[in-house]
Formats: sequence, C-alpha cells, structure tokens
Amino acid sequence: MSALPPAAAAGAAHAGGYVADPRVRWQEWLPWLLAAAAFFAAPDYLSLGARILIFILFALSLDLILGYAGIITLGHSAFFGVGAYVAGILGAKLGVTDPLVQLAAAAAAAGVLGVLTGAIILRTTGLTLLMLTLAITLVFLEIANKATSITGGADGLAGVVVAPVLGLFRFDLYGKTAYLYALAVLFVCWWLVRRLIYSPFGASLTGIRENAVRMHAIGAPVYFRMVAVYAISATIAGIAGALLTQTHQFVGLNVLGLEPSGELLIMLILGGVGRLYGAFVGPFVYLIAQDYLAKQFPEYWYFGIGLILVLVVLFARGGILGIVDAARARLRRRSA
Amino acid sequence: MEAFLSSLVSVAFHGLAYGMILYVISVGLAVTMGLMGFANLAHGVFAMAGGYILTSSLQHTSIPFPAALVLAFVAVAAGSVVLERLLYARLYSAGELEQVLFTIGLIFMAVAVARLIFGTLQAPVILPDYIKGQYALFGREFPTYRVFLIAVSGVMIAALWFGVERTRWGAMVRAAVDNRAMAQSVGINTRRLFTLTFALGSGLAGLGGALGAEIVAIQPTYPLEQLVFYLIVVAVGGQGSLRGPLVAALLIGFSDTALKYWLPQFGAFFIYVATIALLLWRPMGLFGRRV
Amino acid sequence: MNAVLETRALCKSFGALVVADSVGFRLAPGARHALIGPNGAGKTTLLNLITGRIEPSSGEILLAGEPVTGLRPAARVKRGLGRTFQINTLFRQLAVIDNVALAIAERDGVAGGMFRPASRQRAVIDEALALLATLGLAEDARARVADLPYGKQRLVEIAIALGLKPKVLLLDEPAAGVPSLESHRILEVLDDLPRDIAILIIEHDMDLVFRFAQRITVLSQGAVLTEGTPAEIAADAAVRQVYLGERHG
Repeated sequence: MSALPPAAAAGAAHAGGYVADPRVRWQEWLPWLLAAAAFFAAPDYLSLGARILIFILFALSLDLILGYAGIITLGHSAFFGVGAYVAGILGAKLGVTDPLVQLAAAAAAAGVLGVLTGAIILRTTGLTLLMLTLAITLVFLEIANKATSITGGADGLAGVVVAPVLGLFRFDLYGKTAYLYALAVLFVCWWLVRRLIYSPFGASLTGIRENAVRMHAIGAPVYFRMVAVYAISATIAGIAGALLTQTHQFVGLNVLGLEPSGELLIMLILGGVGRLYGAFVGPFVYLIAQDYLAKQFPEYWYFGIGLILVLVVLFARGGILGIVDAARARLRRRSA
Repeated sequence: MEAFLSSLVSVAFHGLAYGMILYVISVGLAVTMGLMGFANLAHGVFAMAGGYILTSSLQHTSIPFPAALVLAFVAVAAGSVVLERLLYARLYSAGELEQVLFTIGLIFMAVAVARLIFGTLQAPVILPDYIKGQYALFGREFPTYRVFLIAVSGVMIAALWFGVERTRWGAMVRAAVDNRAMAQSVGINTRRLFTLTFALGSGLAGLGGALGAEIVAIQPTYPLEQLVFYLIVVAVGGQGSLRGPLVAALLIGFSDTALKYWLPQFGAFFIYVATIALLLWRPMGLFGRRV
Repeated sequence: MNAVLETRALCKSFGALVVADSVGFRLAPGARHALIGPNGAGKTTLLNLITGRIEPSSGEILLAGEPVTGLRPAARVKRGLGRTFQINTLFRQLAVIDNVALAIAERDGVAGGMFRPASRQRAVIDEALALLATLGLAEDARARVADLPYGKQRLVEIAIALGLKPKVLLLDEPAAGVPSLESHRILEVLDDLPRDIAILIIEHDMDLVFRFAQRITVLSQGAVLTEGTPAEIAADAAVRQVYLGERHG
C-alpha cells in the first residue's frame, strides 16, 4: 500500500506523529555548525556552498510532498523554475531589485501555481499524475524557451540586478553575502517545515501516504490537505529557485523540465526520503561529488548516478541516513 | 486553396506516420502498466536501443534494411528479457516510488552508455536507395519511406490486435489485466506471461524506434525527451487498453505535426495544455475503465 | 421508533449486473444487527453505498432521519457514520496510537493544525490511550501496526472506527482471517462495545452472528430476502435454502 520503504516511517527519525518528541535534538544543530564552520574554513568554496544550501531547500520542499504526503512528482522543477524566472525577470527587466521583494514575489507566484496545478492534478493518481506533473514543468519550459523577449530564451536571462540585502549587505564577488543569505533563508524554512511535520497536519500527511482510503473513512479532507501541502511545497521550491537566480545573477532553461526534477529526486533518495535530514545529506553529497567528478568524467558521472539510484532502490531504500540508522541500531544491539 | 489542401494532406500524412510510430513504441508501456502495474519510465530506452541498432547496422555493416528492422525487434526483445528477469521482476511488488526511481536510474545509465558509444550527435539514418524518393498515391507524391513505415506499422498493429483478441496468449493477457489473482487461480503462469508480454512490448518499442529513426532523431537523450509523449499516450488512452492508446497516439501525431507546420513558435505547448485539459475532464483517460 | 440508519429502495447496477436491488433496510438506535448472505450477495456493496464510496443508481440513504445520499464519504463520517474494513485498511508504518489519534483528531477538528506540535494535543492522546486500553492494546500503543500480529491488527481496525465516536458503526467481517484461538478477543471486544452505538455487522461466522446479533437481515443476489430475529432466521426455510443449507448442509 505504502509507496515508501519501511525505514522511512515509524521509529525512523522525524516521522512526526502524536507521540514524537518535537524538541530539537543536539544532532540537529550539526548541519548549521558545519555550515558556519565552512564559511570560515572554506572561503574558496562559498559559491558551491550556496548552491548546496539552495538545493537542500529545494529537496526539503520535495520531501514534504514525497516523503511525508507520498505524492510522487516528475515536475517539481516547475515551481523552482517559476520562482527562478520571477526573481530574474523582476531584477533584469522590471527594476525590482530588492532581494526580499523578489523572494516574496517568487514565493507567491510558485505558491499560487501550486494551488492551481495541485487542484487539477491531485485528483489523479499513478502514471497519469506523473505525466501531468511532467507536462506542467514542460509547459513552463516551452514558455521560457519561446518567450525570448521576457526570458532570454535559450541564452538565459543575464544581468539580474539584486540590491543589497536589507539595504546593507551587498552581494560580493567572493559569494560571502550569497552564502549567508541562502543559509538564513534555509534556516527559516527548515524551522517552518520542521514545525509542520511535527504538527497534526504533518501527522495527517503521513496518514494520507500510508492509506488514503482509510483517511477518507475517518472523515479527513484528503484532497484539500494534499492541495495545501502541495502549495506549501511549491512555495518553498519557488523560494529556492529565486535564491539560485539571486546568487548567480542569472537564470537559464536548466531550471525547468525533467532533468532538474530527476536530479532533485536522486538527491533526496540518496539522502533518505521522509526523514527531514535526508534532504540535507543528499544534496551535500551529490553536489560535492558532482563538483569533483562531473567535470572530469561527464559520461561516467551520468552512468554513476543512474547506477546509484538503481542500487539504492534495490538495496538501501532508506538512503544514506537509512544506512546510518541501521548501523547505529546494530552497534546498540552489540553493546547491549 | 489547392496549396492549403495539399498542406492539409501533407500534415495528415506525416501526422499519421508519427502517430503510428508513437503507438508502436508506446503500446508496450500501456500493456505493461495494465498487466503488471509497473511504471516503466525507461520504456524509451528500448526504442532508442532499436534506433541505434538500425542506424549502426545500416552505417557499419552490409545487413539489408529489412533484416536490420527484424534485428532491432529481436535484439531489444531479448535484451529486455534479461533486464526483466534480473531487475524488473524484483520490483513488481514494490511501491510506485521505487519503480519510478529505479527506471529513472536506468534512463540515466542508458543515456550515459549511448553517449559513450555513439557520441552526442544524432545517429545518421542511411536508407537503401529503393526506399528513398517519392511514391505516387491518389495522384499525389508521398515520401516512399513514410509510406513504407505506415504500412509496416499498420501490419504490426493488426498482428498485435489479432494476437490479443484471438490467441491463447491474448486471452491470458486479457484475463490477467482484468483480475490477476483470478488468472493465477485458474492456473495461468503469470510469471511467464509477464516476461513474454514485456519482451513483446519492448521488442515493439525497439522496432518503433528503428522505424521512426528518421522522424524522431536517435540521440542519447532520446529516452528523456520522448518520455512525456509515451506517458501522454498511456494516460490519455487509458491503461491496459489497446484501442485507447492508438487514438491518443494518432491525436498527438496529427496535432504535433499540424502545430509544427502552422504554429512552430509554440512548440509542444498546446499538446501539453490540451492533455492537461483533457485529463481534467476525464481523469481516467479517453478509454480508461471507471472504477 | 426512528431508525438511525435507513435505506429506501436502494439500487446499484454496473451495466447489466445488478448488485443492489431495491434494498430497504432500517437500523434502530443501539441495534445489534447482522447482515448475512452468500458470497456475492452484495453485502460489501451495500456497505460501500451507505458510506458513500460508491454512488447508488437510485434510492435514498438516511442517517438519523436526514438524507445523506449525495454527500461525500467524509461528510457522512462527520454525521456519525463509522466503518471498519474486511481487508485491513490501516496506516501500517505508523504507531498504533497514531492510527487511533488520527481518527480522534479528525473528529475533534484539530487534525488540520499546522503549527503546534501534535504531541501537545493531550486530549487526543489521552483519549487514544484510554481507547486502546479498553481494547487491551495499551501495551502496543507505540508499536508499528505492521509489526503487530494479525489478530491485533483487526482490533486496531475497530479502534480507529471507535475513535470517531460513531452513532452508527458498520463492521465488515471483523473476525475475517483471525485464527480461532484469537477470535475470542474480537468477540469480547464486540460484546463490550458501547450500547449507544448502533452496529451493523457483516459476518460469515454463523456462531458469531447468532451470538452477537439481535436482528438479522439476509441478502441474496443484491436484494433483501428476509429479516427477523436470530430464531426466526434459523427457522426460515428460504434462508436455509440459499444460505444456511449451503453452509451447514
């Protein structure tokens, strides 16, 4: 019945529910400490760092619908891409340069799109749902590709102007501001998402994932909740997209379509689905590996990520965090 | 007026050719989905493999064209049996998410392998002379190759339909699509049935990819780019149906060709929008069974 | 007396196949009512019609005297209609207490809260624990449903439905598939169900039916064959022929 591996549910970390302790555990501060340490220790890698933070945010938004609510999508890039283009068009064409205004506009656009498309597609399931999610991101890819006067078409939209954050912090050449800005936005979104999955609403999402028929039978407004979480997830994805544009001062076609959606799925699966921090581990490992390997061995890189995906599905359905959990459980049993 | 009429005929003809190819490729996915409930997003890999087998055979060997087509069918079908036995079968009872991820992984691997072996450029289709040129039909000239393509596809579709309606295998497939548990309980070996049907569907995809290599260029990203059309054919046509996907494939064939001809600046935009609208109206597809 | 649940001339057909043929049926308040009939008689179909999973071709369904025929399943649940499923329909990867708490939270209208942690919903959690205790599942509250033995999973089926505090409870073969060694637990639980809930039970186990039910309705080929007390049903020749004869004969 469930689309998820057993490791992603009860007993696994951060599955939510009525008896889960919602307090932040000490391990949960580790990513933030690491991010702060990286700022000082690796100043040459801040643009890669910002990219990782942005994809963590994007993966977090996917985990909300995929890991918790069990909605499978091939088109999450639609919201990421729309957010990215809204920020880009505002900064490059319309003279709206305040980063937080751009962010808010991107979030609103993606959120509205999430409500509209969610209301349409969440009435379907299975292959039809997959096809619709894919078709929607392809619609936007077509628009971005063909509406060259607004989007720059295949050349992309360069020269996106982004004013200093809060009028104080200019986006510098070393990417210091970009890194801290992305980190701050990620932190806020993480906190909100975390509240959400520990809330009754979050618990009801896992109920929908586990058994939609029973959710109907206990009188839950299943469709409404799915559209709601889809819109929230879309909003966060839109914010992530806007961050990408702002930190690069550029937006191109590669934010839309099947490939970015597929890569995002790979990152999340690699880290672990429905565990909250799988969305942190996956993009971190994936993007660092990509930075080293993809340039040197582009063909093998694609083959490698495909192979890893196949192996994860066949042998390690909980992803990296699932492996860590299993290893810790084994250690505990041995010491006991 | 005559100019418009001739462009109309031309669009209809090329749309028919593209639609038939799309159907020959996608019908395997529709059946796999209906029979095994398996979301095989990597279906386009089989079509690409068929395409590469044909193009390389014609380019590098002296295998005659018809034999290359047969080879595309047979080799892809045989290869798919290995994949099905080794990998796919492990995931029949898994969740949809696992199937989706697994087959996306296969796509990525296939794209990489194709790029390594064949490079990133599209594979040239070197046709024998007897199939080039024009063919006169009803007082108009048509490209001979496409006439041939439509004829072969038509024969294949007729054979497939006959097979499903009239043979023992077809009866078993229909029974298993209706009710798998029931089919098993009356002694149908669903395991073998799945393998056989999967091989046939993949082989047809290989043949379709090969036949259509001149319409849909064979290149490494083929399975990624074509995926959405296969999904539309199955979702609009209705899973587990044979007739529905044909209607859907022909609709896509005609409308895509017409749009490329008259409104090239919009690309596939209208097809996606029309598909979304259609499924909003009928979530189970045109011929899908309502539960 | 007013019926808490009533169907009037309820019909459903799929093409030429008639699965519900003008079913008229009344459930009294606090009733212990069994619905029996041979396989394919349309028992589960009738249940699905009442709960709204399928729409009737014609006829009417009334809950506490008010028509609910066109209402969505969720709206009927809000009006006091609870059900269990013949095949376990549980949140398998969630803890037992979450299975029940989800239902209680829906009933209380707190299930949509997005900000306060679920674990702060003390009222929901306490009620869930108390309910599990009455069913003898207190020890298993934190276990994952998928890890429970089958008999206990059947109890969770009932627990979820009871969490809704229904006025009418539809039990679809609650003891189906439970080994006889464990089925006495199900029987005890059924005997102890609150008297103010009207219960309609579908069951194949005749011992259970005759022990539990005060009234029995017999369905055959989608239509009501007869209705009466257990003694009347046991003595009915037509029933023996279509059903009991086939079972015990």
